[in-house]
Amino acid sequence: MYPDNYKYTKEHEWILVEGDTGTIGITDHAQHELGDIVYVDLPKAGTAVEQGKALGSVESVKAVSDIYSPVTGEVIESNGDLSGAPEKLNSDPHGAAWLVKVKLANLSEIDGLMSAADYQAYLGE
Amino acid sequence: MDSVSGVLRKTPLNAVHRASGAKMVDFGGWDMPVQYSGILDEHATVRNRAGLFDVSHMGEIEVRGPQALALVNWVSCNDATKLAVGQAHYSGLILEGGGFVDDILVHKFSDEHFFLCVNASNQDKDFAHIAEQNSLRGFDATVENIGPTLSQIAVQGPRAVETLQKLTGTELAPIKYYWFTTGEVSGVPATIARTGYTGEDGFEIYVPNAEAPRLWAELLAAGEEFGIKPAGLGARNTLRLEAAMALYGHEINDELNPLEAGLSWIVKFNKGDFLGKAKLEEIKAAGLKRKLCGFKMTGRGIGRDGYEIQLDGAAAGWVTSGGPGPTVNMNIGLCYLPVEKANTGQVIQVMIRNQAVDAEVIPTPFYKRAK
Repeated sequence: MYPDNYKYTKEHEWILVEGDTGTIGITDHAQHELGDIVYVDLPKAGTAVEQGKALGSVESVKAVSDIYSPVTGEVIESNGDLSGAPEKLNSDPHGAAWLVKVKLANLSEIDGLMSAADYQAYLGE
Repeated sequence: MDSVSGVLRKTPLNAVHRASGAKMVDFGGWDMPVQYSGILDEHATVRNRAGLFDVSHMGEIEVRGPQALALVNWVSCNDATKLAVGQAHYSGLILEGGGFVDDILVHKFSDEHFFLCVNASNQDKDFAHIAEQNSLRGFDATVENIGPTLSQIAVQGPRAVETLQKLTGTELAPIKYYWFTTGEVSGVPATIARTGYTGEDGFEIYVPNAEAPRLWAELLAAGEEFGIKPAGLGARNTLRLEAAMALYGHEINDELNPLEAGLSWIVKFNKGDFLGKAKLEEIKAAGLKRKLCGFKMTGRGIGRDGYEIQLDGAAAGWVTSGGPGPTVNMNIGLCYLPVEKANTGQVIQVMIRNQAVDAEVIPTPFYKRAK
């Protein structure tokens, strides 16, 4: 369920780091808790993001939830497919429904994030 | 009202919801299912087939006695003298200041027996209010809070009649919209009302608490061939929003009056005196300042409950209820606007997280079922 090569946050985002690029999304647990996702608001390429600060939001039928950036850096791409098909976040949150790609400013920030095993233990609490 | 005082109230179907994996939330102090299969799926099921709602948290108040009609007509702004036996109508319990104690459904069993369906979180307040007026004005009537003994199950959607008909000998087809009857459903004595809060055809069934779990199971089984599904409060809200039905605490409250809420059709000024009448006449004579309107988002975003509305960069109103309209396929909402701006086609800005996003006033209801 939770890929071993991803890192996870307590706010239920994931990040896949390849070189100095991180792909960010929300976890399956997050999409399940939100329910039907109907709207996604993502930053444009070039936007600076900061670890722990809101980078955008997702909205379910009932509520708005902030997405918190797992890392500090600059957005290099946001997933344009989601604006027309936000429901993909419910069906494929760890794959096709990634949110943004970020150029990391500080690779050591990754060390503070949870492994898949840690995240699942965190969910189990 | 959140239940700071402790334990959430539960309906007799609570264990059934939990066993079925429903997502539960604290709704006005009640532990209620917000969704089962998903809000969008449940919404579509009610529009196209049939949905089953546990609305046992709703309150029921009975008014009886020689002056039952007089008491009801004093506390309620609609005209109960116009109701036939077996007929129901929508109304408001109005404060002296013109705002709402609650919005209610009034069912007439006879001139000496009325049955009121009231909002869950208002039921204790409503009962106290009606009992107080009864005593203050010296009506020869009794008021009883029977909510704790009754469960209410709503079957809503185009296949609701067929579903319910399988479980009752009472012929349902002749019951018109906003009429009711008593009968048996699965052998259980029930009040069967052709009412609802979804914009669809359907019934609201009132039964003794002890029978609710069996009736719930039998309704699901009876409706299986029609595609029935249990539906939660999430879908109930998106369905009623598309139908532009008011929700207490949103479109109406103790400081908002029925005239500005677009509910002047339930205020019968010509029926004789009633609580709040003088103030409402004064408000009407002075002219309304604001009016409830429907809007659709034209810019990207969803206007939600409580968001500010701006006109020309200045605060001008607020969103009372807003969200996606799954059937109408637009992001919709209801909002209060200055009366001179409350016209179809008016462009407004909804403040979504400090960004002004365009929306346009459109007629309501957003959704109307084909007859």
